[in-house]
Amino acid sequence: MTRLAGRLAGLRGRGRKALCTFITAGDPDGTATVPAMHALVAGGADIIELGVPFSDPEADGPAVQAGSERALANGTTLHDVLSMVAAFRAGDADTPVVLMGYLNVFLKMGYEPFCRVAGEAGIDGVIVVNLPPEEAGDFKAALRSHDLDLVLLVAPTTTSERFRHIAGEASGFLYYVSYKGTTGAEHLDARAVGERLQAMRPALGDLPVLVGFGIKDGASAAAVARHADGVVVGSVLVNTMGSVSGAEIAGRLTAEVRDMRAALDAL
Amino acid sequence: MPDVNRPPYDAPDELGRYGDFGGRFVAETLMHALDELTRLYAAVSADPGFQATLKAELKSFVGRPTPLYRADRLTAHAGGARIYLKREDLNHTGAHKINNTVGQAMLAERMGKTRIIAETGAGQHGVATATVAARLGLQCQVYMGEEDIVRQRVNVYRMKLLGADVIPVSSGSKTLKDAMNEAMRDWVTHVDDTHYIIGSVAGPHPYPMLVRDFQSVIGEETKTQCLEAEGRLPDLLIACVGGGSNAMGLFYPFVDDDAVDMVGVEAGGEGLAHGRHAAPLNAGTPGVLHGSRTYVMDDADGQIVATHSISAGLDYPGVGPEHAYWKDMGRARYVSVTDSEALAAFRVLTREEGIMPALESSHAVAWGLAEAARRPDSDILVINLSGRGDKDIDTVAAIDRIEVGG
Repeated sequence: MTRLAGRLAGLRGRGRKALCTFITAGDPDGTATVPAMHALVAGGADIIELGVPFSDPEADGPAVQAGSERALANGTTLHDVLSMVAAFRAGDADTPVVLMGYLNVFLKMGYEPFCRVAGEAGIDGVIVVNLPPEEAGDFKAALRSHDLDLVLLVAPTTTSERFRHIAGEASGFLYYVSYKGTTGAEHLDARAVGERLQAMRPALGDLPVLVGFGIKDGASAAAVARHADGVVVGSVLVNTMGSVSGAEIAGRLTAEVRDMRAALDAL
Repeated sequence: MPDVNRPPYDAPDELGRYGDFGGRFVAETLMHALDELTRLYAAVSADPGFQATLKAELKSFVGRPTPLYRADRLTAHAGGARIYLKREDLNHTGAHKINNTVGQAMLAERMGKTRIIAETGAGQHGVATATVAARLGLQCQVYMGEEDIVRQRVNVYRMKLLGADVIPVSSGSKTLKDAMNEAMRDWVTHVDDTHYIIGSVAGPHPYPMLVRDFQSVIGEETKTQCLEAEGRLPDLLIACVGGGSNAMGLFYPFVDDDAVDMVGVEAGGEGLAHGRHAAPLNAGTPGVLHGSRTYVMDDADGQIVATHSISAGLDYPGVGPEHAYWKDMGRARYVSVTDSEALAAFRVLTREEGIMPALESSHAVAWGLAEAARRPDSDILVINLSGRGDKDIDTVAAIDRIEVGG
């Protein structure tokens, strides 16, 4: 069992909802990332999703776009991101780290070289926004050969037949996109999420499902987490990274994550 | 000699792949809409009623067929092969773009979508989309980079007059690629009631295929017209390539005619050696951008880089995946022409023939003039004059340091 799958199975065993927190690597600068990752864990994050900046983040809303632009402005590359994770691992051997990005950056490095270095750096899996399972064959094979998970996404528009197929292809967890739209929008409808996940429960088997997009605080996290194994929180944390001075980032992140943690633990 | 044993060209496959290129690299939310569009398109392709309506629209609303014009003074100027111009500039709205928007708007109607969106660079596709939206009474929003809005202000005003909202895009390089990002973000949010009319043979499957098919009327007419005028097919087809829709529209009907050569002309900007250009087929590498695997201009880390061209419509770091396929299999050759060469060709065609070409099309004219000079007068060249140059008056005037209209 991978570190990611093990962590999620452990949480489920203890009846605890998973809190996956997203920030972009290199945002606002390269020195901020590793301390921020530790701060997220200190606040109660179970999994860290680390954004790999890309010039054309076509599925992201303004907050994550801005984070990506800040990271690129200071020259953050995929190699830098991998080094940051290796540095994080020196202080935290247990928290799974999943990279989120767009395919071209991984493609450019090459699937096999990327997977080798990612495995060495202590990365646990990847989420590639613009890589549906139809196109994922080669990357998935390379990831699997290095015991890395390919987290796949399903959306409200995904047909039931396709949902079952994707659930069969995914590993680590299934990422349910809560609404039609880009990250960080105000379209969250927790009841609709619950109805869909309830209907699809038989297709999931033991695969955990985390819900992301539009979750911004303890209340929205709790509302959605009722229907899932956990939640992914991103834009609100990225906004913090971009708006708070360097010295204050860690404290603010920890406090924000702690609020969400408390709301989830109260379920 | 044609290889009689070779099966007819039949790309793409059912996954939308052209060899190693194409496919569907998009957010999961859009997959269902792309499946629906693929199914609908297959149905209407086999529907004589749809095809008859499309043909009638192209005739009565667009003004087709467009002439294949024998450019005698241009031929004399070049001093070699006979040059014909396929006059897509004479279409309603002044460019080939409307061939596609008429077809896609009919698809949108069939799907019951009440709103259409588009991205635009030069504004020609935006105008063509706003035009069909007005004609069908559909809501229309066009995404356009802030830099292009400055370069193409006449087209911006045309779109507004037609009732479309032009939404300025201020992210990234503020040009066509960023407009396309923003259109994808809109589509993913409003996928239920909105059809996204992609303007080129780019994007996820089925777009490269259906845009190619809608634009193929250019090549089909050219074939018939050339046979009528010359009793044979042309030796060489030349078209500019940004995303590549006018080129694919001209080339595709000739794909199995092995004796017909094809040259796609990319935007060389300030020259390929300087890096400031928009020529991914000449100087890019295979990558994934805007839904398909194709040649892209990116850096060592896979970040898409800023492009440059004097023509907003060619200022794009990717290219249609079928062109990538044809480049690799050698069915077409792809070259580049610089800003200043294109501008010189703009002036030559304007003065010699009284036809003012778009700066995009001027790239094809520039290569055609040089190529004609290298060939005997028994050869026949067809240059796709994909659009008219009225929209570029400001750009040319600025270079000439002339103030137009105060």
